[in-house]
Amino acid sequence: MDIIKGRQTQILTKGEGPDKIACEKKSLAGSVSQRACAFCGARVVLYPIADALHLIHGPVGCAAYTWDIRGALSSGPQIHRLSFTTDLKEKEVVFGGEAKLYGALTYLIEKYHPKAAFVYSTCIVGIIGDDVEAICRKVGKEKGIDVFPVMSEGFNGTKKDGYKIACSTLSRLVGTNNDFTPSKPSINILGDFNLAGEFWILSDYYRKMGVDIISCLTGDGRVDEIRKAHKAALNVVQCSGSMMHLAKDMKEKYNIPFMKVSYFGIEDMSEALYEVARFFKSGEMMDNARQLVRDELQQLLPALQQYRVKLEGKKAAIYVGGAFKAISLVKALRLIGIKTVVVGSQTGNADDYKLLKDLCDEGTIIVDDSNPNELSGFVQLTGADLFIGGVKERPIAYKLGLGFCDHNHERKEALAGYEGMLNLCLCL
Amino acid sequence: MLLRHTNSDIKERKALTVNPAKTCQPIGAMYVALGIHGCLPHSHGSQGCCAYHRSTLTRHFKEPVMAATSSFTEGASVFGGQSNLMQSIDNIFAIYEPEIIAVHSTCLSETIGDDLGQIVAKAREDGKVPPGRHVIQASTPSYTGSHVTGYANMLEGVVKYFAESANEKIRQVNLLSGWVEPSDIREFKRLLKLMKVSPVILPDTSDVLDAPMTGKYDMYPKGGTTIPDMVSMGDSMVSLGLGEWGTKKAAVALDNKCKVKFEITDIPIGLKATDRFIQALSKAGLVSIPESITDERGRLLDVITDMHQYLYGKRVAVWGDPDNIIPLIEFLVDIDMKPVYIVSGTPGKRFDKRMSEILSERVPEAKFKNGANADMFLMHQWIKEEAVDLLIGNTYGKYIARDENIPFVRMGFPIVDRIGHSYFPTVGYLGGIRILEKILGAMMDKIDSTCPEESFELVM
Repeated sequence: MDIIKGRQTQILTKGEGPDKIACEKKSLAGSVSQRACAFCGARVVLYPIADALHLIHGPVGCAAYTWDIRGALSSGPQIHRLSFTTDLKEKEVVFGGEAKLYGALTYLIEKYHPKAAFVYSTCIVGIIGDDVEAICRKVGKEKGIDVFPVMSEGFNGTKKDGYKIACSTLSRLVGTNNDFTPSKPSINILGDFNLAGEFWILSDYYRKMGVDIISCLTGDGRVDEIRKAHKAALNVVQCSGSMMHLAKDMKEKYNIPFMKVSYFGIEDMSEALYEVARFFKSGEMMDNARQLVRDELQQLLPALQQYRVKLEGKKAAIYVGGAFKAISLVKALRLIGIKTVVVGSQTGNADDYKLLKDLCDEGTIIVDDSNPNELSGFVQLTGADLFIGGVKERPIAYKLGLGFCDHNHERKEALAGYEGMLNLCLCL
Repeated sequence: MLLRHTNSDIKERKALTVNPAKTCQPIGAMYVALGIHGCLPHSHGSQGCCAYHRSTLTRHFKEPVMAATSSFTEGASVFGGQSNLMQSIDNIFAIYEPEIIAVHSTCLSETIGDDLGQIVAKAREDGKVPPGRHVIQASTPSYTGSHVTGYANMLEGVVKYFAESANEKIRQVNLLSGWVEPSDIREFKRLLKLMKVSPVILPDTSDVLDAPMTGKYDMYPKGGTTIPDMVSMGDSMVSLGLGEWGTKKAAVALDNKCKVKFEITDIPIGLKATDRFIQALSKAGLVSIPESITDERGRLLDVITDMHQYLYGKRVAVWGDPDNIIPLIEFLVDIDMKPVYIVSGTPGKRFDKRMSEILSERVPEAKFKNGANADMFLMHQWIKEEAVDLLIGNTYGKYIARDENIPFVRMGFPIVDRIGHSYFPTVGYLGGIRILEKILGAMMDKIDSTCPEESFELVM
């Protein structure tokens, strides 16, 4: 199989050749990468905050393509599902877009009275040199709300760099309300975006254990909840790719410890609950958690059995955004008898890939920042029956006659938690 | 209510677009390139642009969409993207082996001043383009025009590069197909065959964006206009461009380069536009109109008459691209509906003129707007002022349809929540029948589900 020169080091087969995979590299020019840009990363992380205004400062495309693209559900306000853009034209590219930004921002704040505003800077804004920070400061002062510039010019890196930019923005919002004292042991959920209502499932589990959730960053997110997020005793981080930066930042600033968890698959989901109970050193919480897991499994395991019979021995290929999710999926699939033969991510780091490698069977192909040609080649090489991925992988899988499960923005069924495990099986 | 924040209080907005009824140029360029056989689109800009365009096209067609990117970094943005593009050309020919790379620019590469023509010429000089392979380019800055402008620019780039004149006319017609679906292209082919006109259709997305499942993945599916066909366009008898916004530039370029006369007509949506299309074909191909096509016309007329009582006087809101909605509006007026609100994010002065011609007498109350601030937010505000009976447009109307409980027919780009557009044409007389079927289906379903029990009827 032909691999682009310079990409060989981003692919490895367990048990053969080199031990380590190259990752966190910029994508090579000319490759049909499945990755997006820094703006995309920042936008998907911040946009679930439903009572904030999200204004995109740039030409129309950046707003059009990110208009409600990710099924991040809100139980209340829906302003985040609208698409606001300054729709920059040639004139502004030459003379600057600051006046237009000021006008748009003022108009929107007057009209919608959002709790806070985020202004996303796109590629050409970075080039034409608009002082987005200054405009945000000015409007913020005039209107008496927090206006945060998100310096997410697309060329600033990959999607993952955009996550980091989003985290630094969030970190300016966290800690702006000090009048709050939590009454119960409380945590923040970091890195869940409430796709298909997954956060609602999780918050239900934690509540049953006796744990309060102060804020979720950012699924079904609210500005005022994020303001007091620093009062939590613990940050529980999922999708480590996107939120690790904020967790580390909050540890440094507020001395809040964090733990990495995953909600996909029975083992990881249960561990996510036990870990929290262990952290609070509460026997009661642990008992509650055990009881909850027992109840859920009693229902789930018999239901899984029928799928296991059908799925046992099948081979799966996984290509997703974050490597942590890939790890959970490998484990979850193993539980129902499916072997992972190809696994990769757009944004994994060296630690993630080491974990993956230790976890996988001999002969599994592990790949970073892949492309359609490679993926279809690997799938054929390994004889995979199933593909788990996102929007750009779906039609390729179908053309190859493979089963496909969407584990990305377009999933319609919750895949987290115990319910999610069953949904995953159903989907497979 | 998802759009509960929208009210009917319309204020002048100078600086802001809300819920755009358009997107940016590069995706149009990508769409044209996909309709060329063995062609890999290439986005010269940041990685995100390419990912967004591919995702949107994939969601619309439910097909794999391949395109490469120059993956700009901060360095490239400061020092220029030449080395990124050079490296891209190297990598693409080495690994993906397309016959053609179709490079389009982005707002970023345009703003920093990259000259695609000059970079591609240098790549050729340096021997980076293997013999028999081609690199074509189009400038598509996202801050000018819309996705339709990008379509027009790439189409122009393609004919400028490939069409050659051997000074010997070939008995064939160039059909510049406009922004339509693969199903529409198939319908063009069927009609052309009936008319006995031999065409070169550019772009041709059939067998590319509606490829069958075979158990095999082809990076370059079997469809798309081929290089010999594109070269031969320079010797065709005449070019027929469907839609002024999408195809006029290319038609003019062909005339300038190879002296191929052209006629611009509307995309044949509805009765009159199809009449004009068939007549233009008959004139261009020097052929008569076969009876079978006259019969198809008659069938469309028959359906209109049969169902007229459900159509008469119904108020319709329409949004989309000028080339597609101008003939559609004309059709709606012809079947006695009232297209009262019309928006198109795509700028162009001729829009007002065409709309006035069609509407001023028959629907004087109609409001229409295109270009800046002609967005879905304005459309919704108009609807809040006075309701309509039907919505026709791309998927982005679904919020309004739900909030206001209005029947909704999906037409245009993108449609990311329904299927059918790739397989069932809306062009030609039969396409007209399909539009009617969809309109009537949507409106009559609402009657059935909401009318009082005593007026519920079996036969309609």
